[in-house]
Amino acid sequence: MKFPSYTTPRQKLWHYFYRTFCGLVLFFLVAPLIVVLPLSFSTYPFLQFVPEMQFFSFETMSFNFDGYGTRWYKELFGICDETTGATTVCTNRWMIGIKNSLILAVFTTIFASILGTLAALGLSNRHMPFNRAIMALMISPMIVPLIITASGMFFFFAKLNLVGTMTGLVIAHTILGIPFVVITVTASLSGFDNNLLRAASSLGGSPIRNFFKIQAPLIAPGVIAGGLFAFITSFDEVVIVLFVGGPDQYTLPRQMWSGIRNEISPTILAAATILVIFSIVLLGTLEMLRRRSERIRGVTPS
Amino acid sequence: MSDTSTVNSQGQLLTNDGVPLKESLRKSLRRTKIRSFLLILVPLLFILILFVTPIGSLLSRSIDDTSINKVFPRTFAQYEIWADKSTLPSEEMFAAVVSDIRNTHKLPDGDGKVLLGRSGTRMTYEFSGWRSLLLKTVKSATKVDKKSKEEIKPYIWQAPYKEKMIKRDKRWGKLEFWQSLGAMKDPYTMGYYLNAVDLKYDANKNVIQKKEYLRIYKTIWMRTLQVSLIVTLACLFLAYPVAYLLATLPMRTSNLLMICVLMPFWTSLLVRIVAWMIMLQQNGVVNDTLIMILPCFEGTLNLPFIGETFIDLCFGEEDRLPMMYNFTGTIIVMTQVLLPFMILPIYSVMKGIPPSYMRAAQNLGATPTWAFIRVYMPQSVPGIGAGCILVFIVAIGYYITPELVGGKDGLMIGNFAAREMQRTLNWGLGAAIGAILLAAVLILYWVYDRLVGLDNLKMG
Repeated sequence: MKFPSYTTPRQKLWHYFYRTFCGLVLFFLVAPLIVVLPLSFSTYPFLQFVPEMQFFSFETMSFNFDGYGTRWYKELFGICDETTGATTVCTNRWMIGIKNSLILAVFTTIFASILGTLAALGLSNRHMPFNRAIMALMISPMIVPLIITASGMFFFFAKLNLVGTMTGLVIAHTILGIPFVVITVTASLSGFDNNLLRAASSLGGSPIRNFFKIQAPLIAPGVIAGGLFAFITSFDEVVIVLFVGGPDQYTLPRQMWSGIRNEISPTILAAATILVIFSIVLLGTLEMLRRRSERIRGVTPS
Repeated sequence: MSDTSTVNSQGQLLTNDGVPLKESLRKSLRRTKIRSFLLILVPLLFILILFVTPIGSLLSRSIDDTSINKVFPRTFAQYEIWADKSTLPSEEMFAAVVSDIRNTHKLPDGDGKVLLGRSGTRMTYEFSGWRSLLLKTVKSATKVDKKSKEEIKPYIWQAPYKEKMIKRDKRWGKLEFWQSLGAMKDPYTMGYYLNAVDLKYDANKNVIQKKEYLRIYKTIWMRTLQVSLIVTLACLFLAYPVAYLLATLPMRTSNLLMICVLMPFWTSLLVRIVAWMIMLQQNGVVNDTLIMILPCFEGTLNLPFIGETFIDLCFGEEDRLPMMYNFTGTIIVMTQVLLPFMILPIYSVMKGIPPSYMRAAQNLGATPTWAFIRVYMPQSVPGIGAGCILVFIVAIGYYITPELVGGKDGLMIGNFAAREMQRTLNWGLGAAIGAILLAAVLILYWVYDRLVGLDNLKMG
């Protein structure tokens, strides 16, 4: 770091202090995620670092990876190995959970994207009466405490015989996902030039054709980003699953929930590591979309 | 096209079709309105029917008291004409209770249970003992044949009932039970709301405080506020400098650092909770690190003035801090979880503050600190407001984190609402707590909309 010549020592000191503080805050944000990684490769049934896991010895100056292995990943994927003397029961509950979560999240994403995009398109019309109120209503599922939404839906769905069904969960998660899509699509519509649609109409395009040929490609990044948010919300949601879901809807978060509450085993860390990697991939996708939409809209990425 | 053909006799502009331009514009505006409305219709109905209705019907449970009225119509009619409420009611009232029980003890309620049982539970909330008293009386009033499981008719119990009922259970002879009916006779009750803030009705329907050992919710409400406030302030304290750094660094570096902010935002909440468990538990990473890096000095020192003193400056095994399954754990984990919600709005506001303002201020003679306080900070206030409201809204209704890491003294009101819903099955009370919580959240949501505008809500 090069300081201008007029910087006082106190300013320099302050500068270093400030940078350190920010560094510590950022560390505070990511540290827990980093800790999960090595521990998920432990071969011990504890959620802590045991002395045997010290992989570098200062006395002998040598590496030793005996405490590490893929035991918990095997358990996660239901590959059982009796010789390791597994302390936990070998089940394929995790795989069932992952499968259920994926199915649920995919359907949620589809429905939330469609409904959210429709709403955002309608709301983008400034002359629409009650525009603001409807917008507030569409976003409210994100704001209302989950516990209220969950118990309300439980009683309501019980009357409709939707408790303990996948349909009920998809409906509930779709409602949670809609606000994200509405927000992202509204944001991408705010940069949309309506003259493009007028030009298309004057050239003889039908409204539907205009939408798919002109508007859809331009708001697509917003829709996909919102869809990703909806996906991750559904994939990570546990409260509604606990209230509305039955024993057949054993999702990954629910498995993790009961893992945390009852039988803490490092399998949960293996799942966590995979989820962290998964979220990095999603984050990368989103960043790419953002760049793309900026490029389309002609905003130069600085 | 000449000028004359576009203006009609009243001087209005016309379109090519000869329709006044205003009319034509209004028509096209109406058309776009209708189109927008049709677009919104499906998602709007979806939300209204499947989100607003469930919450509305949940909230209606918090004031609903009709079940008792359905079970005891005659009793309440008699209660109205019970003149002197300081003496036991007359035989007619006892007879009314028995006839009500005989008429209604098999009615089902909407949720697949017996209405009488549910009313009994409800009456017990008002005055303890009602449920068991009713169930006992039902058995005597409607004797069932052991073989055929049919009610024996004519009923074995015959009028007068007063003596028999008091003989069956002394509680029928107690004035307090009869008086407590007064709090239940209306089809709507505020009782659940009072209960949710540790108040109750007395026999004359005055609002009084509950007994000392029965007060629980006031503490929980206070704690919820306390946790939300601490978390909001902690987030602000940590987020502001980071947001400033991100906003002032060159794009390339700040994008890289932004990943650190967005990564936890994108990672499953449960994963983060597990991670914090590893960090904060007794044998966790934080405690291990503290023991490793903190100096350990134990022994006697000859200090000036004081003389020989034994000093224990050791952070050893026995000093491991309890940071998980308690209040501290809830605060730490919630702060980390909600920090991105604070950084992102402040960052997006700071991005829009031109750096030239600071330079101008310094050019005019302000010190860098002064320029920051007087010029930069006031402009970042909208971001601070947005972040604080957002974090507070999310924090106040938190359920998952306190439930998993809160232990006993880290639980918040959301957890107690869930407890009433799932375990004690006092749905009315759970709904009342939920309604108060929802009201608080909606007010803050409205403030947020006024101050910031929902269209400025951004994620990532």
